[in-house]
Amino acid sequence: MEKISLAGQLIQYIFTGITVGSIYAMVGLGFNIIYNVTEIINFAQGEFVMLGGLFMVFCTATLNLPLPVAFILTIALVTGVGAMMERSTINPVKNATVLTMIIVTIAVSIVLKGMAMFAWGKDPYIYPPFSGSEPVFIFGAAVQTQTFWVLLMTAVVVVLLTLFFKRTRYGKAMLACSDNPEAARLMGINVNLMVLISFALSAAIGAVAGAVITPISLMEYDRGALLALKGFGAAVLGGLGSFYGSVVAGILMGIIESLCAGLLSSGYKDAVALILLLLVLFIRPSGLFGSVEVSKIKKFG
Amino acid sequence: MNSENSQDFFRVDNLQKSFGGVRALKGLSFIVAPGTIKAVIGPNGAGKTTLFNLITGIFPPSGGSVSLNGVSINGRKAQEIARMGVSRTFQNVEVFDRMKVLENVMVGRHIQSRAGIISAGLRSVRMRREEREVRQSAFEYLEFVGLEHRAEELAGSLPLGEQKLLEVARALATDPEILLLDEPAGGLNTRETEKLANLIHRIQDRGITVLLVEHDMNLVMDISEEILVMNFGEKIAEGNPRQIKDDPLVIQAYLGEEVDYSDL
Amino acid sequence: MQKQDRNILVGLVLFLAIFPVLVMNVGTVGHYLDVMIFVGIYALIAMGLSLLMGYAGQISLGHAAFFGLGAYTSGILCVQLSLSPWLAMGAGAALTALIAYVVGVPSLKLKGHYLAMATLGFGVIVHIFLNEEVALTGGPSGFSDIPGLKLWGFSLDDELRYYILVWCFVLLALIFSLNVIHSRIGRALRSLHDSEVAADAMGVETSKFKITIFVLSAIYASIAGSLYTHYVGFLSPSSFDLFLSIKLVMMVVVGGMHTIWGALVGTWLLTFLGNEWLHVFHDFDILVYGGILLGIVMFLPGGLVELIPRLGRILKRT
Repeated sequence: MEKISLAGQLIQYIFTGITVGSIYAMVGLGFNIIYNVTEIINFAQGEFVMLGGLFMVFCTATLNLPLPVAFILTIALVTGVGAMMERSTINPVKNATVLTMIIVTIAVSIVLKGMAMFAWGKDPYIYPPFSGSEPVFIFGAAVQTQTFWVLLMTAVVVVLLTLFFKRTRYGKAMLACSDNPEAARLMGINVNLMVLISFALSAAIGAVAGAVITPISLMEYDRGALLALKGFGAAVLGGLGSFYGSVVAGILMGIIESLCAGLLSSGYKDAVALILLLLVLFIRPSGLFGSVEVSKIKKFG
Repeated sequence: MNSENSQDFFRVDNLQKSFGGVRALKGLSFIVAPGTIKAVIGPNGAGKTTLFNLITGIFPPSGGSVSLNGVSINGRKAQEIARMGVSRTFQNVEVFDRMKVLENVMVGRHIQSRAGIISAGLRSVRMRREEREVRQSAFEYLEFVGLEHRAEELAGSLPLGEQKLLEVARALATDPEILLLDEPAGGLNTRETEKLANLIHRIQDRGITVLLVEHDMNLVMDISEEILVMNFGEKIAEGNPRQIKDDPLVIQAYLGEEVDYSDL
Repeated sequence: MQKQDRNILVGLVLFLAIFPVLVMNVGTVGHYLDVMIFVGIYALIAMGLSLLMGYAGQISLGHAAFFGLGAYTSGILCVQLSLSPWLAMGAGAALTALIAYVVGVPSLKLKGHYLAMATLGFGVIVHIFLNEEVALTGGPSGFSDIPGLKLWGFSLDDELRYYILVWCFVLLALIFSLNVIHSRIGRALRSLHDSEVAADAMGVETSKFKITIFVLSAIYASIAGSLYTHYVGFLSPSSFDLFLSIKLVMMVVVGGMHTIWGALVGTWLLTFLGNEWLHVFHDFDILVYGGILLGIVMFLPGGLVELIPRLGRILKRT
């Protein structure tokens, strides 16, 4: 890299941080949606992101579809994977313990990873940014245009989710499920359907994240686990169950990670977010924005 | 029982609990004299089980206090309260169903035994002696409630009446100073209830104070020395069985409940 | 110890005694002794994990890290400080126990998934550490020339001797574990599964025992790591990655997590699968592993050991 001023460098790091942080935020959102309805932590959450990126590769490079079509098709495909996962593995396992549910989602994540390797091999893939590869200069920092797509899509996801939970019948029903599944059932809400929707929705958000980040960070079959872990970090840091908490925490984590990687040591880049996760667990397990009570009361919490 | 002053043995003071906006318990106060049997009665939803759950630390009170021998026990964890000498049974039976009957009672002896992981793993001499003692005394508690012939069966396979007795044996095994029985006669037939009355008297004879919640009025009138009547989270009467029988407020509360069936 | 456990234990010891005689003189399976050494090493970890999963109801996705900590502590102390391997093994176990305690206490205070995620995160951190601290660990390429074990001046350098040593450790840990299961601690943990509220009311210190078992399982893993180091003589971070942690969980689940014997069955099966029989799949073994795990947890939640009584019934009928 050419010599640029420290301030420019800092801004550069912060932009990078916000970009990857947005991805963590979206993974964290995915965790929260499923957790709120089912109290399951879906260990396959990172695989949805991976699939989002690789399906985009398939749609743009293999099928040669125009970008918007490819984007929508990718989301649809991954949503289908999420729904199928719920129908074929989560739904049939009745009265399972937390432990069993953890193992089921881990098994699914391994299977998805294996399938991705089968389909795409072990090499990382990339496709061109959505609007050209000429960077934009902001205060001396070169910022890729794709960064703005990431930010835009994160914002769209957050707004749509808010509208979904506040305005739609299904969204409200899902919130009711998360408050008290028994009561929700008694009120005539189809909890079964809500669980399905939660998985489909989480998968869709993962797909968006994967589709927008791949032009910046590339994508290969085994990226899921680390993304899931950092996304979980965002969810815990923000307080498990809190949507806005995980968005703020995810972006914060991205910035801290990027600053540490740039200023201290790039080798420990991935460790920073995880150390943060452990520190939160040790010091304030309810997260920055959650309440201690909730994490204790939740059956699986 | 080393409490000289009966006022200080077991004391509930202005105890309150709200769930969300609902006030389940609105400042309840009473004492239990050592060595006595006291019953808490009242219509469904009066707050009786909530009272037990507060005393045994299943959830913390919103206000007020509970003390045993002058030491405050409220706000402590359930495990600690058990160690301080308060034990209980459950309204909806909570036996360890996949464990043997004898093992259930052995879990009751848990706090009376010490062995840590190292002596357990190495089966030290001390641990083996302790294990024999635990098994022996657990068996004696089974004999006390008349379940010794079931010792080797799975607790989940017992009929409800025997599961209730097993819970009593398990609770007694902790060596409590005060035993809380939550609807011990619920689901029992007349003969079983009679045996239960006898059992509760024998528990009292061992010097253990008994506080029970019960719907079976015959049993309550028969065995209790004192009765506390609750309605809507409040005390409406307290006294000996004769006083309670004649109390107009109590009659009203119970009659009211009967008359209001049409509203349900 | 209960009669059934004692019988199985006697059977296992007999099998272990006969096994070398069976395979060593047959050329094509002579190396099975080497595979059995790895079975023993992984069984040591899987047994601890089985206590944690089957009895404490918790899951760890970071046991590869505890395994790695034991291995690297042994390796580094022996090579760089020329410490006695046995002392190094003890030091590794102590360090691992301490770390497990620090990670476990806060995670186990909360319910459910926190320990899973905390250990997963911890595992990845350790893996990164092993890769990055080149001066200490040799980095991604690792380091070699780790001395073998000696016992009373008697070098444990051939396969048969090491086989005996490893399985002695396994049997000791097995007996220790069975004793714990059938003690007040085992009862307390089992009671927790049936009714947490009643266990609480009996004064059972829930989280204390969960932590104890977690630390014990970490110590098993650390000792397994030391045994691994001195057998292989070479260490690199890739032997202690996330996938190993998941494979260890698989060993427990596939065999059957509700009994410690299940861990032995699962370890035996998966180690032979991985070392011997899955080569035909090349890299796609991961798909096979995922499929097995999913199939077992969905359709045979009690694991393979659940089949044994069923098999017995079928045999009786015919």
